[in-house]
Amino acid sequence: MNYEIIVVGGGHAGIEACLASARLNHKTLLVTGNIDNIADMPCNPSIGGPAKGIVVREIDALGGEMAKNTDKSSLQMKMLNTKKGPAVRALRAQADKVIYKKEMLKTLQNQENLDIKEGLVKELIIKDNKVGGVVLEDGEQIESKAVILTTGTYLKGTILVGDKKTKGGPHGEKASNYLSPFLKKLGFNILRLKTGTPPRIEKSSVDFSKMQKELGSSEDITFSYDNTTALAYKYQLPCYLIYTNETTHQIIKDHLNESSMYGGYVEGVGPRYCPSIEDKVVRFSDKERHQLFLEPESIYYDDLYLQGFSTSMPHYVQEQMVHSLAGLENAKILKYAYAIEYDAIDSRQVKPTLETKIIENLYTAGQINGTSGYEEAAGQGLIAGINASLKLENKSPLILKRNESYIGVLIDDLVTKGVKDPYRLLTSRAEYRLLLRDDNANLRLREYGHKIGLIKDAIYDKFLKKKQDIEELTNLLKETKITPKKEINDILIKLNTSPLKDSITLYDLLKRPELSIEDLINFKELNYNKEELKEVEINIKYEGYIKKSMDEAKKMLELEDKAIPEDINYQDIPNIASEAKEKLESIRPITLGQASRISGVNPADIAILSVYLKKRGI
Amino acid sequence: MQDTIVAISTKLGVGAISIVRVSGAHAISLVNKVFRGKDLTKVKTHTINYGFINNGKEDLDEVLVTVMRAPKTFTREDVVEINCHGGIATTLSIFELLIEQGARKADRGEFTKRAFLNGRIDLTQAESVMDLIESKTESSRKVALSSLEGSLKKYIQSFRNKLKHVLANIEVNIDYPEYYDIEEVTKEELKEVITDLEKDLQNLVKKSEERQIIKNGIKTIIIGRPNVGKSSILNRFLKEDKAIVTDIEGTTRDIVEGSIIFDGIELSLIDTAGIRETDNLAEKIGVEKSLSLIDKANLIIVVLNSSEELTENDKFILDKVKDKNPIIVLNKNDLKPKLTKDKLDFKHVVSTNTNTLNGIDSLKEEIKNMFKLSEIKEDDYTYLANERQLSLAKQALKSLQDAKVSLEKDAPVDIIEVDLKEVFEILGSITGENYSEELLDELFANFCVGK
Repeated sequence: MNYEIIVVGGGHAGIEACLASARLNHKTLLVTGNIDNIADMPCNPSIGGPAKGIVVREIDALGGEMAKNTDKSSLQMKMLNTKKGPAVRALRAQADKVIYKKEMLKTLQNQENLDIKEGLVKELIIKDNKVGGVVLEDGEQIESKAVILTTGTYLKGTILVGDKKTKGGPHGEKASNYLSPFLKKLGFNILRLKTGTPPRIEKSSVDFSKMQKELGSSEDITFSYDNTTALAYKYQLPCYLIYTNETTHQIIKDHLNESSMYGGYVEGVGPRYCPSIEDKVVRFSDKERHQLFLEPESIYYDDLYLQGFSTSMPHYVQEQMVHSLAGLENAKILKYAYAIEYDAIDSRQVKPTLETKIIENLYTAGQINGTSGYEEAAGQGLIAGINASLKLENKSPLILKRNESYIGVLIDDLVTKGVKDPYRLLTSRAEYRLLLRDDNANLRLREYGHKIGLIKDAIYDKFLKKKQDIEELTNLLKETKITPKKEINDILIKLNTSPLKDSITLYDLLKRPELSIEDLINFKELNYNKEELKEVEINIKYEGYIKKSMDEAKKMLELEDKAIPEDINYQDIPNIASEAKEKLESIRPITLGQASRISGVNPADIAILSVYLKKRGI
Repeated sequence: MQDTIVAISTKLGVGAISIVRVSGAHAISLVNKVFRGKDLTKVKTHTINYGFINNGKEDLDEVLVTVMRAPKTFTREDVVEINCHGGIATTLSIFELLIEQGARKADRGEFTKRAFLNGRIDLTQAESVMDLIESKTESSRKVALSSLEGSLKKYIQSFRNKLKHVLANIEVNIDYPEYYDIEEVTKEELKEVITDLEKDLQNLVKKSEERQIIKNGIKTIIIGRPNVGKSSILNRFLKEDKAIVTDIEGTTRDIVEGSIIFDGIELSLIDTAGIRETDNLAEKIGVEKSLSLIDKANLIIVVLNSSEELTENDKFILDKVKDKNPIIVLNKNDLKPKLTKDKLDFKHVVSTNTNTLNGIDSLKEEIKNMFKLSEIKEDDYTYLANERQLSLAKQALKSLQDAKVSLEKDAPVDIIEVDLKEVFEILGSITGENYSEELLDELFANFCVGK
C-alpha cells in the first residue's frame, strides 16, 4: 500500500497533521507506537491558558481538531485574565484524559483517507535528499511522497527517577532509539531536552477540607467557534489550591542530591518556565511557600494531578514530600513523578513551512522541534499537515505572520531563533498581542482555512454572515446619534456616566470606560448575538491601541514583504559582518523581516542586504 | 571589493602637521609607489616609517608614514596615514599625487561609513564619530567622545532597567494569572514608574536640546530698527573674541555674518535687515525675511536705543518676539538714558555700552545664563548628541505620555503596557540593544512560575 503522506507519532502534533492531510484528500498513514496512546495527555490534564488558549482557537479557525475535541471532553472551562484587557483573555479547559483520547480516536478512525498502523519507525527512505517513505523497526518499508515527524518525547526517551535511568517514553512505552541517530547521520543537529511531570494522587485519600476550591467560569464558553453546546457550570469539576511549606522545603533540601537533576544524572536542558519543585526551592530560597493545584484527570479514574510539583526525586522522598502537604498527609501516590529526556532537532534546520531544509518533503512538528505543550505541538502539526499537502498539490505554502497569529509567532521564533530549552508560547513573545486576541482568531484565520479547504462552505458562510453583522453593527453605532434631551440624560445618569451637553454617536459614547455595549440597548435596539456585540465593543473601546499595533505591524510587514531568493549566496555580498554572514547562511531566512530577527544580525547588515537585493532588482 | 580612498584628515592650514589618510585594499601598495624609504609592503603592521614622498622627480616632503593592516584598523581595511608638514601647498600636492596613483577622494564621512559597514563600530558609535569629526569646539568634542565610552549608554540603560522589572511583572501576571503569590502590578505602581520616568526623560530631552546648541552653535539673530547699534554690538563680539570668523554662504543656510566662540560655545550670528513697518514693497520683503528668521533662531537679541523712548517700530519688533524669550539690549551711547529696565516686560534685559572694551560683558553673561553654559564645564555628558537619538528619545517620551493618558482613562494594565513596552524598545534602539528575550530572562530570573 502506498501513501501520499505518512505521519510518524500519534500525539497532538501528529493528529492535526494526519487529519489535515487526509481531509485535504491525500492518502495518509499514521504510524504510532501504541494505538491506545493516541491523543494521550501525559502531563497536565488541561488545554489552553494564556497564549496557548488562543492557539487552540487559531487551530479551530483553520480547521483543526483540538478545540472541538476539548469541548467534547471538558471537565471545567475557565476564562482567564478577565479583569485585564481584551488582548490577554484566554480560555483554559480541564480536559478528561480518557474521554479526550476516546473521542479523538473515534474522529481519526472515522476519517476518510486515513489509516492507522502500530509500529516504530527506524529509518526514512531517502533518495537524492528527498524523502520517499519510512522503514519500521521490523524491517517493513512503506513508501510515501512526504513524511511528517511528530515523535514527541520518544526519540531516545529516557525516564529519570532519582539515580535510576530507564529507556522509554511515558507510561513505560518503548522509546524510538534508531530514528534520531539516523537523523543525525542525515545532517541534523540533535539536541537533548528534558521535561518532567508531577505525581498523581488518589482522590479518595485526599482531605479536601484543608484546600481552597477553584471553580471554572459560570458563563457558557466553548473552544470551538462551531460548537454551541457548552459544558454546564453545574457539571464542572473543581480544582484545588494548596501550598508547600517549610517541612516540604526541608525534605527537598535534605535529599537534593538524590534527585536526578541535582545528582548530576541529567544531560538534557529543562524548560525555564517549568522548573521542578526542587529547582523552585533552590532558586527561590527566600520564598516560604510555593503554590500547587490538584486537578482532576478523568471521571473514569481516581487520579488527581499535583500541578507545580514536578520532581525527579526517588520514590521514597516523593512520599515524604507529598505527605508534608496540608490535606495530603495520608495521600496515596498512584503514579510517581519523573523527569524525561529526549532528542530534538535544531529547529533552525526547518523552514517556515516546517519542511526540513536538509531533506525535501520531510516535515517536523511538535517536541521534535524543541517546543513543549500540547497546543504548541498541535499548531505546528496542523501547519505541517497543511503545507505537506499544499506542496504535493503544487500550491504555495501557508506561512502565518507574526501579526496574524500566535502560531505564526511560534514557528517564526523556532525557525529564526532556535531553542535552548523547551519552547513555550507566552503572550510576551507576541509583539502585536492586541491584534492576536481570543475573540478574533476566526476573523484572522478562517479565510485561510476555507481557501485551503479545511473549512467547509456551510461553515464558512456562517462565518461570513458574522463578519457582515459585525460591520453592520459598527456602522449602526456610527450612524446613531443621541441628543442631550432630558430622558436621554436621565438614563445616562442612571448608568453612572455623565450627562450629555452635545449630541454624540453611540460609537463615541461607547468609548467611555464605564459603559458597555449592553448599556447602549437603552438607546437603540441591537439585535446581534453576544459574540458579535463583544467583538464590536472591543474594536471600538480599544480602537486607538489597535490602530497603533496595526501601524507597528505595517512597519514590520514592509521588511516582511521583501523576499530573499532561495539561491542567494551570502559570500557574494561584501561588507556583511562575518558573524552575520554565518548566521544568514545557516538559517537562510526567506524574508528581510525574518533576517532582521536573527540574533547576531545587526541593523547595518540588514541595510547592506537590502541594498544588495535592490541592486539585483529583487 | 571597495576602492581605495584618500582624504586630508586634518584641517588645512591649521597646525604644524597635516595627516593624509588612505584606506582600502590598495592603500599600502599605493603609498609605497610614492614613498622613498623602506618597502612599505614588507613592514610590520602598526609601524611608523620615516622617509620622503617623491613624485618621481623630486621629494615633496619629509614624512612619517604609519602602516596599519586590516583588520585591526578603524575601517577594518588596510590604512596608511602620512604625517606631513602642515603647509597647504605640500599637503595638497601629496593628496593629489595619491589621486593620480589611483586613490579616490573620500566622500565626507566615508571612513566612518566604512567602519560602520565593515562592522567595526555600531550605529551609536558611528554617530558619535561623525559628531566628533564635525565638532568645532572642545565642549562638543567631549560630548562626542563620551558616548563612545558608553556613559550615555549606561544612563539610558538605567531608564530601561526601571521599566524592565515592572514590565516583566506585568507579563508574569498575564501569563501566569493564577499565581496568587505574585503580586499584580497596580495602577498606583505604574503611575509612580511612569511619572518618575517621564521626569527623567523630559530632563534628558531638554538637556539634549540645549546641548545640541553646543554642537551646532547658537543660531543668533540681532534685530532692531535701523541705527540703534546692532552693528556695534556685532562688531564688539567679533573684535573682542577674535575667534574664527567664517563667511558661510550656502543655498540652504542662512547668511551668517560670523561665528564667534566664547567660553567654548559657538554663536552663529545671522545678519538681518533693519525691521520697521513699511509700505515699500522691496523693503517689506527684507523685513519679512528678518521676521521669518525669528522662528529659526535659538537666540534673539533685540537692540534698543536707551537714550530714546520706545518708538512704534520698537513696539512692533517687541510684539513679534514677545513669546520667543529674547534678550533685550538697552544700548546706551553716552547720552542720558530715557529707557530703563522697568519699562519693559521682558525677563532678560541688559544694558550695554559698545564704546567701552567690556561694554557687552553683561550681554555675554546673560547668554551664558540662558543656555546654562556654565554647566558645560561639568563632566555631565549623559545627553543625546545627535538628531536621531534625540528624536528617538522624544518618541519614547511621547509613548510614555500616551501610557499616562491611558492610565488616567483607567485602561487595563496590559493595554498600558503596550505603550510602556514601546518606550522600552525605543530606548533600546538608542543604545542598540533590543531583544524581547531580555524581558523573558528577567521574567524567569525573578518570578517563580511553572507547571
